[in-house]
Amino acid sequence: MSGPNVSEEAAYAEPRFLNSGETALVVEFGRSVDPAISDRVLALDAALVARALPGVRESVPTYRSLMIHYDPLVIDRAALVAEVAAIAHAPRPAAGPVTRWILPCCYDPEYGEDVGEVARMTGLSEERVVSLHAGAVFRVYMYGFAPGFCYLGGLPPELSVSRRTRPRPPHPPNTTLIGGGLAIVTTFSMPTGWWLMGRTPERMFSPQRDPAFLVAVGDELKFEPVDRPTFLALDARAASGEIVARREVTP
Amino acid sequence: MSGSERTAPDQGATGALRILSAGPGVTIQDAGRHGLLRFGVTGAGPMDPLAFALANRVAQVPDGSAALEISMGGVELEAADAPVTVALAGGDFRVTLDGQAMPAAARLTLEPGARLAVKAGASGAWCYLAPAARIDIAPTLGSLSTHARSGIGGLNGRALAAGDVLPLADPRVLPGGAMELSAPALVRPGEVIRVLLGPQDDYFSPAEIAAFLAGPWTVSVRSDRMAYFLDGTPMTHAGGFNIVSDGIAHGAIQVPGEGYPVVLMGDRQPTGGYPKIANVIGADLGRIAQLRPGSVFRFAAVSLEEAVEARRAEAAAVADGWSLAPLVRTNLSSEFLLGCRLVDGWVDAFAEW
Repeated sequence: MSGPNVSEEAAYAEPRFLNSGETALVVEFGRSVDPAISDRVLALDAALVARALPGVRESVPTYRSLMIHYDPLVIDRAALVAEVAAIAHAPRPAAGPVTRWILPCCYDPEYGEDVGEVARMTGLSEERVVSLHAGAVFRVYMYGFAPGFCYLGGLPPELSVSRRTRPRPPHPPNTTLIGGGLAIVTTFSMPTGWWLMGRTPERMFSPQRDPAFLVAVGDELKFEPVDRPTFLALDARAASGEIVARREVTP
Repeated sequence: MSGSERTAPDQGATGALRILSAGPGVTIQDAGRHGLLRFGVTGAGPMDPLAFALANRVAQVPDGSAALEISMGGVELEAADAPVTVALAGGDFRVTLDGQAMPAAARLTLEPGARLAVKAGASGAWCYLAPAARIDIAPTLGSLSTHARSGIGGLNGRALAAGDVLPLADPRVLPGGAMELSAPALVRPGEVIRVLLGPQDDYFSPAEIAAFLAGPWTVSVRSDRMAYFLDGTPMTHAGGFNIVSDGIAHGAIQVPGEGYPVVLMGDRQPTGGYPKIANVIGADLGRIAQLRPGSVFRFAAVSLEEAVEARRAEAAAVADGWSLAPLVRTNLSSEFLLGCRLVDGWVDAFAEW
């Protein structure tokens, strides 16, 4: 048997409705990491949240699908599919303003331990590696893995290095990583197969802060290089609960 | 039967449960942390939702109230400051109150200083202790459910340990004294676990799906609140084993590259990147959770309609499928009495659990 008979590249003409048990409906728009697919996922998510259908508990946007957790004793699958299909076919609103977060990032070797290794693997200078990373506009595709742990698309192709063959020991939280064509800002100390580019003083997740989560799926994110003294000063402010990232709204 | 026995709460009263000893993996769980999966926050919540729901009903506290989830590591505790009634439901654990054997499913009143021990017994992996009180700990991100991996919820984001004191608000003593809980829905043979195929069953050939259902599969000792790892004949993937990450529901069964299925449980990540061949139906989440390492079982595929019907039946069992009877000690079966003489400590064989 060959693989599923669907395109690996483009968004589907019609979304696929898949069961993940009787309490989760997967609305799949494609199978790849693609801004156009993500747009459709996020549009459906926003519309569904706005509808606040009884029996719909929560929805989880991912790169290419929306998982809708629901109570089938309140809303049955057929009714939910009908609601979703109606929303999915509605004309999508014109793109509204986009929130862009500017995160300070210190790329010094103390924090960006792997900048040199990435430079070696890509044949670029360390300065070029940093300027590519700091010049990129990332898109928040989805959260996953751990609280506040979001996956960023938009890494320049020149920095698309494979992940490590063997995980490295745990890195500190608030480290910015790249690997496999994606970028991450970590929220916890953990072993990783990704490469350490630098550290931001900002906390993507802080349970006692309001808001606990800094960015929303669909937001844009940029890194702004800062030196070590600036990083330490901002880190102290962030530790006391202050948001040190800048928020811009682009038309 | 519920409701009629309710005593007026003594508003403002406080009490506590003091943990005297706890094996690994004893945590506080409520109905789970909802609405934040989209931010990467694990839902957590009870491994056996049916037993958890029953314990809360029997304790006459609101559905979804925080309770103790007792692992096979077991727990010993006492009420401090004030007496409080507690309900126990879950696996066939071994329960003693001041050394006196009690049924595994019961409602008991703890007088201050009386020592309640709940240890792994004849079968089952989880038991719930619901106090007739509110566990008075501030929620984290809207929930008391402990998720130890991210260090949030429960008591300081971790499993319970000897010396911990859980403050109770409005502890109540329910009438009737020691009562045995009869709940036929808690009797769940674990030989067959029902699943709904999908969402990525199209990554597997019909022969691979048939082999997946037939098993047999054995619960691995690596299993924990996050996932039950299964041992058996490894599977192959017709459609490859890397997918672009998507959502993970409670009970999703993913098949990573090495081909051993992994059942994702209460502490699962909200998203993941392996094909999910099937999902354990809601009514069997507790059934599979209660399987111990070494248990052998197979899967059976059911339709969406059957899964929903099973869910409806489970909800009915929680609503009115149980009863309490005063514990009459002369009625104890010889089997029950024999069970009371099991020696302490044998569960250490499962220390890795």
